[in-house]
Amino acid sequence: MARQHVTATINGEETDFLCETQQTLLDTLRDVVGLTGSKEGCASGDCGACSIIMDGRLVCSCLVLGVEAEGSTITTIEGIADGEKLHPIQQKFLEHAALQCGFCTPGLIVATKALLDENPNPTETETRYWLAGNLCRCTGYDKIIRAVMDAAAVMRGETV
Amino acid sequence: MTSLSYAAPTSVDDAVKLLAGASGLAKVLAGGTDLLVQMRSGRVKPDLIVDTKKIPGLIGIREENGGFVVGASTAGAVVEAHAGMTKAWPGVVEALDLIGSTQVQGRCSLAGNLCNASPAADSVPALYAAAAIAVVVGPKGRREVPVEQIPTGPGRTSLAKDEFILEFKFPPRPARSSDAYLRFIPRTEMDIAVVGCGISVTLDANGVCTAARVSLGAVAPTVLLVKAAADVLVGHTLDADTLAKLDAAAQAACKPISDKRGTIEYRTKIAGVLARRVAAIAFDRAAGKSSGKAH
Repeated sequence: MARQHVTATINGEETDFLCETQQTLLDTLRDVVGLTGSKEGCASGDCGACSIIMDGRLVCSCLVLGVEAEGSTITTIEGIADGEKLHPIQQKFLEHAALQCGFCTPGLIVATKALLDENPNPTETETRYWLAGNLCRCTGYDKIIRAVMDAAAVMRGETV
Repeated sequence: MTSLSYAAPTSVDDAVKLLAGASGLAKVLAGGTDLLVQMRSGRVKPDLIVDTKKIPGLIGIREENGGFVVGASTAGAVVEAHAGMTKAWPGVVEALDLIGSTQVQGRCSLAGNLCNASPAADSVPALYAAAAIAVVVGPKGRREVPVEQIPTGPGRTSLAKDEFILEFKFPPRPARSSDAYLRFIPRTEMDIAVVGCGISVTLDANGVCTAARVSLGAVAPTVLLVKAAADVLVGHTLDADTLAKLDAAAQAACKPISDKRGTIEYRTKIAGVLARRVAAIAFDRAAGKSSGKAH
């Protein structure tokens, strides 16, 4: 079957791409569109390294077909910073050393963005449950949770 | 390279025609959180994927005749965020809230969970307890099917090749009615049920149960609707004697397997314990004594 033509708004820009029918959105983003920030960990929706925001919902891009993205609005890790200026979530992940190898970090930052878009003032418990689908094998999660709680406070204007 | 075709029809008729005319294996796609994993592992090799999400009505929730109608492909996260569903069917909503991760709940659907036909599916015992009706569409039009008649075995359903689920009807709620769902897993998140239990009840003004449905997951080849367990609740308050009978009836219904998640004996015992706990939550909710999540 011929490759499918898809038009989607990715990180604010209307983007056209061609993908194979069976190609996941993750593979399409990485191999066709050239956005390699989203990572493939498990390819089965368990690890969250490929997390993106699609039409306002946090999803695993490995569990979406590229063709399903037709007409959608997508935010990937590449769309989180404001040009050269890091997003407060990114800044706080750095300050709290909330990463070691960094493989899970794009997914965690996108998942955190989706959380704080929906709930600017989450409890630690809510945060831990929200991020339960983002696996990190380095940090033990504590630094990640501290970074998220601190970023949320900054975004609410409570601290600097 | 496979010759996989994809179509996203914008009407029920077009979708039915595509499914009916497919020469090889056609799969209906809603959220894809099961289908894509099965395709990736090679377990399922479809020739055609029919994406239902562009069909009007497949995504969304509406009130109709005092009840709710949930589009078959509506993401779990959308149902969880719906105030009316959360109030009327907290058990269904908390079951959806246990499927996979936040990410999975952003895509997974009631129809997908039901038609994937896993005996351990979290939303399915809650759907059975709720007496939800699946509106099935096909070449002969539409038919209404109680949800418990859809799964027939692990990975198998009663739907014909050219049929799919359009929407789910949740009946109107009498006063003092509520439901609950719990599953047992050896951790707190991101696992598959060892046992799941959904219970829906209606009480009279004295707290006596006037109607009940009890459902168990992961203790048989399909999710079970356990009428014998519901029958011990009707006509009673949730006293110690009734709880003991409920426990026994739930255990008696179990036909589980032993696997890495639990032995036959363990699953059977847990089914009774969960039934007691879920009944307590459902009764409290129906009596207006508690709100909030069961887990």
